[in-house]
Amino acid sequence: MKERLEALRTEALQELQQVTDPQQLNDLRVKYLGKKGALTEISRGMGGLSAEERPIIGQVANDVRGAIEEVIAAKQAAFQQAETEGRLRAETIDVSLPGKKLAAGAVHPLNKIVQEIEDIFIGLGYTVAEGPEVETDYYNFEALNLPKDHPARDMQDSFYVTDELLMRTQTSPVQIRTMKAMNGKTPVKVICPGKVYRRDDDDATHSFQFNQIEGLVVGPNIRMSDLKGTLLQFVQLMFGKQAQIRLRPSFFPFTEPSAEVDVTCSQCGGHGCRMCKQTGWLEILGCGMVHPRVLEMGGYDPDEVSGFAFGMGVERIALLKYGIDDIRHFYTNDLRFLSQFVRM
Amino acid sequence: MNVSYKWLSEYIDLNGYTGEELAELMTGGGIEIDVVESRNKGVTGVVVGLVLTREKHPDADKLSVCTVDVGQAEPLQIVCGAKNVEAGQLVPVATIGAKLPGDFAIKRAKLRGVESQGMICSAKELGINDKLLPKDQQEGILVLPEGNAIGRSILDVLALDDEVLELDLTPNRSDCLSMLGVAYEVAALTGRQVKLPDNRVNDAAEAASDYVSVVIEAKEQCTRYSARYIKGIQVGPAPLWMQNRLIAAGIRPINNVVDITNFVMLEYGQPLHAFDADKVSGGNIVVRQAREGETLVTLDDQERKLEPHNLLITDGERPLALAGVMGGADSEVTAATVNILLESAHFEGSLVRKTSRQVGLRSESSIRFEKGADPARVLPALDRAASLMAKHASGLVLDGVVEAIASAHSEAVVEVSLDKINRYLGTTLSRLEVETILGRLQFPFELSLEGVFIVNVPTRRGDISRDVDLIEEVARLYGYDNIPTTPIEGETTPGALTKPQAIRRELRKRLTDAGLHEVISYSFTHPERTKLFPSLTNGAQPVRLALPMSEDRSVLRTSLLPQLIETATYNHNRKNHDVAIFEIGTVFHTEESELTRLPSEKHRLAVLLTGSKAAAQWNRKAVPVDFYDAKGVLETIADVLGVSGLISYEAAQPEDMHPGRTAAVVMETERGSQTIGYLGQLHPQVQLDHDLADTYVLEIELAPLYDKADFDIVYKTLPRYPAMQRDIAVVLGADVGAGKLIASVRETAGGLLESVNVFDVFTGEKLGADKKSVALSLVYRHAERTLTDEEVSELHNRVVTELEQSFAAELRK
Repeated sequence: MKERLEALRTEALQELQQVTDPQQLNDLRVKYLGKKGALTEISRGMGGLSAEERPIIGQVANDVRGAIEEVIAAKQAAFQQAETEGRLRAETIDVSLPGKKLAAGAVHPLNKIVQEIEDIFIGLGYTVAEGPEVETDYYNFEALNLPKDHPARDMQDSFYVTDELLMRTQTSPVQIRTMKAMNGKTPVKVICPGKVYRRDDDDATHSFQFNQIEGLVVGPNIRMSDLKGTLLQFVQLMFGKQAQIRLRPSFFPFTEPSAEVDVTCSQCGGHGCRMCKQTGWLEILGCGMVHPRVLEMGGYDPDEVSGFAFGMGVERIALLKYGIDDIRHFYTNDLRFLSQFVRM
Repeated sequence: MNVSYKWLSEYIDLNGYTGEELAELMTGGGIEIDVVESRNKGVTGVVVGLVLTREKHPDADKLSVCTVDVGQAEPLQIVCGAKNVEAGQLVPVATIGAKLPGDFAIKRAKLRGVESQGMICSAKELGINDKLLPKDQQEGILVLPEGNAIGRSILDVLALDDEVLELDLTPNRSDCLSMLGVAYEVAALTGRQVKLPDNRVNDAAEAASDYVSVVIEAKEQCTRYSARYIKGIQVGPAPLWMQNRLIAAGIRPINNVVDITNFVMLEYGQPLHAFDADKVSGGNIVVRQAREGETLVTLDDQERKLEPHNLLITDGERPLALAGVMGGADSEVTAATVNILLESAHFEGSLVRKTSRQVGLRSESSIRFEKGADPARVLPALDRAASLMAKHASGLVLDGVVEAIASAHSEAVVEVSLDKINRYLGTTLSRLEVETILGRLQFPFELSLEGVFIVNVPTRRGDISRDVDLIEEVARLYGYDNIPTTPIEGETTPGALTKPQAIRRELRKRLTDAGLHEVISYSFTHPERTKLFPSLTNGAQPVRLALPMSEDRSVLRTSLLPQLIETATYNHNRKNHDVAIFEIGTVFHTEESELTRLPSEKHRLAVLLTGSKAAAQWNRKAVPVDFYDAKGVLETIADVLGVSGLISYEAAQPEDMHPGRTAAVVMETERGSQTIGYLGQLHPQVQLDHDLADTYVLEIELAPLYDKADFDIVYKTLPRYPAMQRDIAVVLGADVGAGKLIASVRETAGGLLESVNVFDVFTGEKLGADKKSVALSLVYRHAERTLTDEEVSELHNRVVTELEQSFAAELRK
C-alpha cells in the first residue's frame, strides 16, 4: 500500500507540474484529494491493515496529502497573483491626463488687497467704516479744512453733481462721519475702504475711479510716534518683516504735521531697482496728525484729544504687489486677467 | 518752480552741496524736488566767434561761406545755412572736435565743394528750448549781444554750466515760489545765512507823486498798492545774464522792462506790473471792482467781458488791468514806451483765483497771488525792480513811493510749549534743540517762564498760524526719521467686521468657490445703459454729473447688470465664451431731477452666467448653463444666510428679460412681501444686441439680506426612528408651477413630512398637449416613534387627493 501511495505522490506531483490554469488545478485537486479522489480511494483500504501498520501507512498517506496540498496551494497562489497582476494591468490608466478640478473663481485683485489690509487692521483692533460715494461738499472738503477757494482743491479736480454734491474725491469724509457718529467718545480706531473719483485722463497709471483705504485713530494722547509705530507694524504685516518705513514731510489740509511714507522696495529689498527707480523705496502712503480744525468739525476738543490719520491707494499697492503694468486692467475685467488671482 | 542752482547761490552759500545733494536735502525737508536737470545738454568746444565776412556759396543758393574769428591764430572758414547770418555778428561756433547735444561731433567737412571748419549754431542746436527764446532768436543762428569776448566758452555766456531743480510744491509752501523763499528754506536746513539782493534806489529829485496818485476803493480785495514812476526808459533787450536766468526758470525773455518785473517776481515772489505811464490817463490809479458790462482787452489781445467780482486796476475811468492776473493791451509796455508806472501790490488770493479761473488764465502772477504772496515784500520788490530799471533800462527813478494802504499786515504770533511739542510728537526734545530749530528758520521768538515759545512768524510763512504748524516745522527740521516708533497707549479695542461687511465677504467667498470671478465696473456709465432693466430701478432717475468727461461716463449706474453684460461681451469678443461673473457694488437712485440731497446708494449683488459650466474635456462634455444654475446660486446664498424660508420665486415678465424664463425674487420682510430683485434669462433681443448666447442673470438688493440674515446655528437631534418614502407622479397642466405643488404637499402633509423633492419632470405627446408629468418623492418621519404603514398611507392619500382636486392632477399609475 505504501508503494501505491508513493506512486500516487509521484504521479500527482508530475501532473501538477504540467498545470497551466486554475481550472486544471481544481480538476487535479478533485482527482487526487476529492471525496472520490485517488488518495481517498487508497485510504479507504486502510481498514484492512494491521494495527501496527495502520499508523505507519496513515502517516505516509498524510505526508502524500500534505505534499500534494502544498503544491496545489503554491500553484493556486501563483495563479491568484498572476490574475491580480493581470487585472491591475488591465485597470492601468493614464495618470497624466487632466483631472476634474473643483470650480474656482477669483476675488477681484483690488478687493483681495482691501480684505488683506482690513484683516491686518482688524487684528490691530480697528473696525471698518463706510460712507456714501456721492458726498456733500461739506464732508468732502470743508469739514476737512478745505474751504471753498482753498488752493489745495486744485490738487484733486472733482466730479461735481451739483454745486453742493460731488463724487467723493477721497475716503476722508468717512473720518468726519465716523467722528460725528462717535459723539465725542474715544478711542476712535477705524479704517475706511472705498471707491473715490477724480477727474483724470485714464492712462497706465491714472484712473478716474480708484480705491482708497484710510485709517483714523483719535484718543486722549495720540502721538506722531504712535503713527509711525502703527505704520511700521502695518507694512511689516503687509510686505514682510524686513520692510522699513521712511517719512518725508508733506502737506495735506486735514493733517498737521503731514508726511508721505515710503516703504522698502519689495522687489529689490531696498538695494535699488527699476520698480523703485533705484531709490530702494516705494511711496505708498500719506499720513499725519489730524488737524485740530478737523477734530473740531468731528466734535472733539483738540486740547483734549489728538489723532492720526493715514491713507493709501489700493490700486497702487495692487500694481506693486502683483507687478501689474496698467491700472486699466482692474476695470476692464478681462477673464484672462481676473483668473490670475485664483491663488489665495 | 524751477530753481537755478547758480542763481540760488547768489542768496545763500551752497558750497559743499551738489545740485543732487541739495535736492536730496530739500526733499528730506519736505520740498520735493522732482528732478535735477543740467542746463548743458551735451555741449563742449563751442565758443563765441565774430563773423568777419559772409559770402554766398558759389554752388548753393541757400548756403553762405563765412570767415569767423574764434580767437585762434587764423580765422575759420565756415559754411552756414542760416538766413540770418551777417558779418559783424557775435555767434556761437562749434569748432572741429566740439560736441553738441545728441552726441553730435563736429568734424572737418566739405559742403558742396567748400571746406567748413566748424559750425555756427542755433539756440536749438545748443540744446536750449527755443520756445523760451525771444521771438527774433527762435529762427536761424543764435546772435549774441555785443560785449562777449571772442573765444569765450558758450557755456559761460549762456550760463549752461548750471543745474535746474524742479520743485514740486505742496499748496502750503508758496513761500518757495521765490528764490528768496527757497534760500530761507535752505538756510533752515543748513544753518547758513540768507543774502538779500541789493535794492537801493538812487531817487531823482523830482517827486513821483507829481505824476502818480493811488486810490484803493476795493479795500477788502486789495490791502496795499504801491507804485513808482520811472522816467526816460529805453526799452531793449535785458542783459544776457538776466535772460539766461529767466530761461532757466522757464520764462521767455521779452524786453528789459518786462524781464525785470519777471526777474524780481522770481526773486521775491511778488508779482509786479509795468504800465506805460503815458497810457494811464492823469497817472491816476484807482483799484476797484468791475462794473456791469465793462470789458478789457488783455495783453493777449482778447476782449474779456468783466464780472462784478473781478478786481480792476483803472485810471479812474477805463480798466487798465485785471488785478494780479493780466495787464491790458492799451497800457502795455512797447518799444516806444518812455515812462513807466511800476506796480507792486497785494491782492486777495481767493479773488485772483476766481478771476483767473473765470477768464481761463493762470499766469505766474496769478499763481503767486492765489497761493498767498508775502505782503512784507511789496516794497522791497518794488525798489529792487526800480533799481534794476535804472541800471539796465537807463530809467530815472523819481523820488518816493506813491501808495495806498487799505490795511496793514502784521506778523502772526503763535505759541507752543515744549511740553506740547514733545507730547504731540512722542519725542524728548530739549529746550535748546527747539531754540536752535527756530533760529535756523529765522523765526524771532521769546521763551516764557512757563516754557512756552512765543513765536513771531514772518509774513513770508503765511502757512503757519497755529501751534501744530510750528510743531510740524520743528518735526521736519528735527527729522521725521528721528521721531521714535511707539505702540498706541490706552484702552484696547476689539476689531471686527459689521454684519453687512461680513455678509459681503461671505458672498465673495461662496461665489468664487463656485467658480465665479468677481468683477469691479465703473460707477459712471452712458445714460442709455441706465434704461436697460427698468424694473431694477423702480422708476428712479440716474444721477448726472455736472461736467462729465464724456457722454459715455456721464451718469451714475442705476443697476449692475448693464455693465456685467458689457463685460460678458468684452470677453466674448476675446474668444472667452464661458463667462461666470459677479459684482457686489453700489447703484445710485434719485427721485429728483435736480438733486438737493444725497441720492440713495444701494448695495447690490449681480451675477451673470453664459456659455458652459465647465469647459469640455476628454472625460466630460461641456454642459451649458441654464436658468436653474442661476437660481441655484441664489438658493445657495439664501441657505448660507439662513433666509431660504423667506424667499420665493414668482414667474415675472420684466422688460429686457425673457418673458418665459424670469422670476421675481420675493422676500418676506417686516413690510410684507417685497420684490428684492430678478432672476432669469436675458431677452433674446438683448442677447442679440450684445452678441451673447443664452445668458442667465440675477440682480438683488443686499439690504433686505443684511436685515434678515441669520447666522445662528441651532442643532437638531439626529433622527432615531426610520423614515418612510413614497413617490407620486402626477400629470397636470403644463402651466402649473412645481413650486405650487410642493407648497400644497407641504401644507397637506404637515409636520410628518420631512422632505419633498422633485425627481422628474417631462412632457411628451403621450401625455397630451399642454400637459406635463411631475414626479415627487416624499419622505415621512415621526421624531418620537416609528410610523405605521397605515397612517402614512392615509396621510399620503390625502396629499394625492388634494393635488388631484386643486390642480386637476391625474395620478400616474
